[in-house]
Amino acid sequence: MKYVDSEQVHKKMGIRLLANNMAKTIFFLATLFGLVVLIVLIYRVLADGLGWINIDFLMNRLSTDPERAGIWGAIVGTLWLMLVIAPVTMILGVGTAIYLEEYAAKGRISSFIKTNISNLAGVPSVVFGILGLTVFARALDLGSVVLAGGLTMALLVLPVVVVASQEAIRAVPQFLREASYGMGATKWQTIKNVVLPAALPGILTGVILALSRAIGETAPLVVIGIPALLIPVPDGIFDKFTILPVQIYYWTIDSALVAEYANLAAATIVILLIVLFAMNSIAILVRNKFQKRY
Amino acid sequence: MPVVTEKTNPNVKKGSIAPNSAENKKVVYNTKDLNLWYGEGHALKNINLAINENEVTAIIGPSGCGKSTYIKTLNRMVELVPSVKISGEILYRERNILDKSFKVEDLRTNVGMVFQKPNPFPKSIYENVAYGPKIHGIRDKKILDEIVEKSLRGAAIWDEVKDRLNQNAYGLSGGQQQRLCIARCLAIEPDVILMDEPTSALDPISTLKVEELVQELKEEFSIIIVTHNMQQAARISDKTAFFLNGEVIEFADTDKIFSTPSDKRTEDYITGRFG
Repeated sequence: MKYVDSEQVHKKMGIRLLANNMAKTIFFLATLFGLVVLIVLIYRVLADGLGWINIDFLMNRLSTDPERAGIWGAIVGTLWLMLVIAPVTMILGVGTAIYLEEYAAKGRISSFIKTNISNLAGVPSVVFGILGLTVFARALDLGSVVLAGGLTMALLVLPVVVVASQEAIRAVPQFLREASYGMGATKWQTIKNVVLPAALPGILTGVILALSRAIGETAPLVVIGIPALLIPVPDGIFDKFTILPVQIYYWTIDSALVAEYANLAAATIVILLIVLFAMNSIAILVRNKFQKRY
Repeated sequence: MPVVTEKTNPNVKKGSIAPNSAENKKVVYNTKDLNLWYGEGHALKNINLAINENEVTAIIGPSGCGKSTYIKTLNRMVELVPSVKISGEILYRERNILDKSFKVEDLRTNVGMVFQKPNPFPKSIYENVAYGPKIHGIRDKKILDEIVEKSLRGAAIWDEVKDRLNQNAYGLSGGQQQRLCIARCLAIEPDVILMDEPTSALDPISTLKVEELVQELKEEFSIIIVTHNMQQAARISDKTAFFLNGEVIEFADTDKIFSTPSDKRTEDYITGRFG
């Protein structure tokens, strides 16, 4: 007597195969949904905005007149912002990662810190905006300048850099540290000469991804008080500024008044997407090019 | 100090080939009642060993017998394992290295280590060798050049790499990488060289080269080598210690261990009855 009755099995085979195919279809449709939405979105943006992109649009200052308005100020503002975010996140983020991976004893305190860094990543960006407004813009009396915005954004993306750096540092093989310690190097010498150079590509990838996230954020900067119409181009980190997504936001809400603003917003979205795509590509290139085999 | 040698060195009892030279040799490492635990696991039990300078001391034994743990205790590398506990004394040149006041960085500058798997840095050949001197504060390019050449010659790899010192060390073969690691170790001008199964990842020809090298190096350095290969121990060492389950079963002249071992377990191991 066999336990598996082949007749019974055969009878139910049709239903099993049907369920099998249905599962495949459902998962495929789920994937397709996201793709279709993305394609429609990009198509709409390109259709609305592509015709408006020309050298004047890129190089002109802001204006209330849609025909003369340009995003040069927002481009320069974005660059200045990155210039603040990059070093701040590098120092704080890599420093935290080094401490957690190389110094902190593996125990309750370090897992407590790690959990909280993950929690930090989950805090809504508008809350960081409130923090930036309270601390940097008002308490430190910086106003809504590049430095205040940059510090706020740096805090916002810090968890990304910490986690990426931690992973990069953890990926450095232990035998390289042993080789260094084995010659009488101190911990700091080992970190500086062996661990960080080997982890640098991973760290850089994290920083670039963090930057690309930062320059796509709107809420914190709106809270800090970026002006809706800023004509001068910022000259330094103590100037008032605007960045591409904030410009998109203001043009979109004002498109109720002037219809062409919607086209300007779409054109700016195209530019922002190109910048983000380029940055993410660089991050992938850095990771692949410097990936070391051990 | 020589008293200690006689007490813990069973070799002295037997009229070996050159008993006088053995007695005149200085003890470089003297281990007294060393015990080591990994958490609850008792990995080393009452180890007493006196290791002479300018000799090759081989440590053999089956996997998990504590031989690697022991050699890593000699430069305190074992402390990288978080749960480790150690008791007893290890006198290096008569100073207890387990003492809190003994700086590991000092110890490891005098005691170099060659690891099981070749572990060059992902840097140029030159930078690999210059690493040690640089961390110890040598900045002068001319001196560094000299050290690099001397060390690479000392590790018998100079002729193979002299034309490509600036190329990445990862381009070398496994055997060359291991000799580069030996050169890197020589560059800090150590007193003792610890080798933890240095040929286990190498092919037979590279193994032979490293073995020949060990023979040359013992003129200048004291060498302690862990090996799972008994023929290797027989070929290259002056003294052999047989470890089993965290204990030293027998420690004597290599000739004696391999011809007339005094303990049944040693005999069983070297004749291949277990392990």
